[in-house]
Amino acid sequence: MGVLDIFLLEALINGVLLGGVLALLSLGLNLVFGVIDVVWICYAELIMLGMYGMYFLYVVYHVPIGLAAVVCIVGVGILGVILHVVVIAPLLGAAPINQLLATGGVLFFLQSAATVLFGIEFRNLGLRLPVLKLSELFISYSRLLAFGAALIGMVLVYLFLTRTYTGTAIRAIAQDRQIMILMGVDSRRIYVITSALGGGLAGLAACLLVLQYDVHPFVGLSFGPITFLICVLGGLGNFAGGFVAAFVFAELISLGGLYLDLEWGYVFAFVFFIVMMFVRPEGLLARRS
Amino acid sequence: MLELRSICAGYGGFQALFDVSLEVRQGEAVGVIGPNGAGKTTLMRVISGLIRPTTGSIAMEGADLLATPAHRIVGLGIAHVPESRRLFPRMTVEDNLKMGGFLPSARAKYRERLDVVYGLFPRLRERSRQLAGTMSGGEQQMCAIGRALMSDPKLLLLDEPSAGLAPVIVEQVFDLVKRIRAGGLNVLIVEQNVQQVLRVVDRAYLLKAGSIRAAGTAAEMLASETIREAYLGV
Repeated sequence: MGVLDIFLLEALINGVLLGGVLALLSLGLNLVFGVIDVVWICYAELIMLGMYGMYFLYVVYHVPIGLAAVVCIVGVGILGVILHVVVIAPLLGAAPINQLLATGGVLFFLQSAATVLFGIEFRNLGLRLPVLKLSELFISYSRLLAFGAALIGMVLVYLFLTRTYTGTAIRAIAQDRQIMILMGVDSRRIYVITSALGGGLAGLAACLLVLQYDVHPFVGLSFGPITFLICVLGGLGNFAGGFVAAFVFAELISLGGLYLDLEWGYVFAFVFFIVMMFVRPEGLLARRS
Repeated sequence: MLELRSICAGYGGFQALFDVSLEVRQGEAVGVIGPNGAGKTTLMRVISGLIRPTTGSIAMEGADLLATPAHRIVGLGIAHVPESRRLFPRMTVEDNLKMGGFLPSARAKYRERLDVVYGLFPRLRERSRQLAGTMSGGEQQMCAIGRALMSDPKLLLLDEPSAGLAPVIVEQVFDLVKRIRAGGLNVLIVEQNVQQVLRVVDRAYLLKAGSIRAAGTAAEMLASETIREAYLGV
């Protein structure tokens, strides 16, 4: 294999690995939007808190990393419930712009609170995960781990949504909100469960991202915008669309970065996004109405 | 079994029902007929808790429906097949039926209820893996009725089951209402299709402009001048 072929293959593989994590990120946001019809603007800030949680548990308090991850997933899940009960639920009947402003306010609140509490230093777990060498390819172990865990997380969510009554109700409520009463479903309870699930996915994402990136109060800005774009590209609330869009985006970033600079990868991805908004404004997998 | 007294209800500033009283006795099928915009759908929604009346009272076997949280009403044995069916279009037939059996009491007998529904509608068993929104109007109506039956109700509310269906299918739907009745279920059915509905119910009410204008047995209503006038006048 020529050197360029190897780079191309590596970029493709890295794109797939990144796609898995981006798909996980967008799933949590999509779920909350599809079910509750509210966009958690502060979604990436929940991830930031989860990353700090991992840092403190593992580095400062020496909790074993597996246990720290479980605590982190449950903890951010609880934060999701608190966010819903305190901020979202009172605004469910309000104009969408008010809901956006409120969750946007939470974003700034969490960033500022993290700055005050944790300072602006970049922190990391200090783990040195090996790089795997497969014949002539180099694959980062942390990326592989993140991809695998993201996939497992998504499969578990899929099984929950398709195999349980609560999961079926979550899918149903996204299709027809008003008649849930006729099924005997208490929508408020479904909203709380969905918020816990959305938060839990943010917590899982935090555990995976902290393996590859430093945490700081503004780290959410690195993931937040791209997560929103993926959700919109896939069609907000469309889980399958979000999944496909995540991999499309990841490959654009990865391959664009191969031929030019890494930043150019993002430029390609965003140009693609803008063009698609004109071509398919309802999302990649839009249903014909 | 179901008793409405002096119900007034509406949407925002618009009042749709004026002092409506109505009852369904044990073992009965009752029809509510009336022209478009008479308040028939509002009446159904008030019973199942989708909207709350401004005044009046509703009781189901002695339980006060207005003191019951809306999502608990189906647990009292009232299942509502809403206007234009309102299936979950991007879920399979079986998932739609599963939602109909969401109540904890219904989950315990899911298999049994599924057999009852598939017995009534063999077509649904064939289509169990198909997305509900891709079926024909008649099949969707069957699925909507099946979904309501999953909760093992005592009273079935049917809102315009014949709307938008071909005449042959309409026959089938009314035939089905007869079969459901024969199974011992009480039915309250709202229809514009007066001739047809009066053939399957015991009694009927005429609802016009939000209030009850006439009531009687199906035979009386069929012979009534008021009904003729109401319909010729439309």
